Amino acid sequence: MAEPETQAPAPAPWPVFDLNQAVLGFADEVAREPGGAHIRRCYACGACSARCPVADHLAGFDPRRLIRLILLGQRDPVLQSPLPWRCSTCYTCQETCPQGVGFTEVLFAVKNIAARAGFFPPALGLQPDILRAHGRLLEITDFENKNRADLGLPAITERPAHYQAMLARFSLKTGEEA
Amino acid sequence: MPWALYLGCTVPVRNLNYEASVRRTAEKLGLDLVDLADFGCCGFPMKSLNAEEALVIAARNLALAQAAGCDVTAACSACAASLAEADHQLAHDPALAKRVNERLAEIGLKYTGGVRIRHFARLLYEEVGLERLRAAVVRPLTGYRFAPHYGCHYLKPSEAMDHFDSPDNPRTLAELIEALGAEAAAYPGLTDCCGGGVLGVEEGLAQVMAYGKLKRLTTLNVNGLVVICPFCNVMFEGQQKTIAKKFGEDLKVPLFFYPQLLGLALGIGQKELGFKLNRIKDKDMMKALEG
Ligand code: SF4
Ligand code: SF4
Repeated sequence: MAEPETQAPAPAPWPVFDLNQAVLGFADEVAREPGGAHIRRCYACGACSARCPVADHLAGFDPRRLIRLILLGQRDPVLQSPLPWRCSTCYTCQETCPQGVGFTEVLFAVKNIAARAGFFPPALGLQPDILRAHGRLLEITDFENKNRADLGLPAITERPAHYQAMLARFSLKTGEEA
Repeated sequence: MPWALYLGCTVPVRNLNYEASVRRTAEKLGLDLVDLADFGCCGFPMKSLNAEEALVIAARNLALAQAAGCDVTAACSACAASLAEADHQLAHDPALAKRVNERLAEIGLKYTGGVRIRHFARLLYEEVGLERLRAAVVRPLTGYRFAPHYGCHYLKPSEAMDHFDSPDNPRTLAELIEALGAEAAAYPGLTDCCGGGVLGVEEGLAQVMAYGKLKRLTTLNVNGLVVICPFCNVMFEGQQKTIAKKFGEDLKVPLFFYPQLLGLALGIGQKELGFKLNRIKDKDMMKALEG
């Protein structure tokens, strides 16, 4: 049997912190984005970090610290960091926060800004095209419908027209790995 | 009002046992489920890239339900949360609702609110109720013990779910299990996240997140883990072999979608409930509950 791999994943690189590079409007930029409105409410208690399951397993992932970096204007380091994309969206931080910061949603705001700037995981960048083509993330072909019929389930026909129309104007910059 | 069955992207392709058991148990319990042919992706996959696009997509599906005069029941927890959140946001932000409806007008739709969105497990709990479930049981699962796994998006964001169950101390799934005559195990780590949300971006992280619970389950003396979400299922069942190998453990934890257990208790056949698609089974249990 192969040597069991018991280690946690490698630590994610920390965004390099440089106050001389601070973009003072970054927190406001996040606050204007859907979900980001309450970022300034954070009083750094650390309840989010204490309960975050990703923080338990991924060294370097620390919600409280990410919030500080945003409030201190570390725009490029945060937007180019892989960390926001490692959130499992479990909502534990959001439900725990005594200040109603809504950190899960704050991270969606950050990811939305990062995506516009061209930083997002490549696999995610393919999803809009898949939706435009199929109206769903997993294709339905005759093969799927045959399996469905075998279990007495009704056939599904892909209807992507609305998705094509809804996402017609949506485009992403060429992806850079995040 | 009929309930439009919202399957989403994953369940109707990867979890036919879940879908079949939802449909068969609903039928047995007299729930009026209908299919809307136009339902597609719920929008959640778009949320990280652009939350407003995700919202428009979610609202589009709610608009379809409204036009058909249906409420919505979803089998996938991510779909249920995405749709419930959209409804909640639009109800509380008129300016946003106006913007979203301008987008919907381009495809001839309109959403004015009021569609109820329920995860299928919540629907069973609230609309059928424990008493009626208990009365409908013909084959009690007495003597069996299961660990419930609620997952995250079934309960949270709790605001969008009308706080129907506690995110820290959830009870509904345990009570649904107990209504079938089985025992529901209480255990540390009950509300731990399965890791499914990061499987696509960092497999190793997702696996270490799921591993903790799987390992714990081997010490709980349970007949299996009960899930209600395709992503929890992919982590605990689909990834189980890989995780066992990776961490050098002998894990053999049977997985059940709750409606499959319910179906057994209601006397529905294992074939109809799609059990042949369950990858890790307790053969003795399945034999004992046959016929
Ligand atoms: S729990 Fe809330 S207030 Fe406390 S550090 Fe986290 S975000 Fe800030
Ligand atoms: S939602 Fe993300 S940041 Fe918050 S606790 Fe869960 S994994 Fe951590």
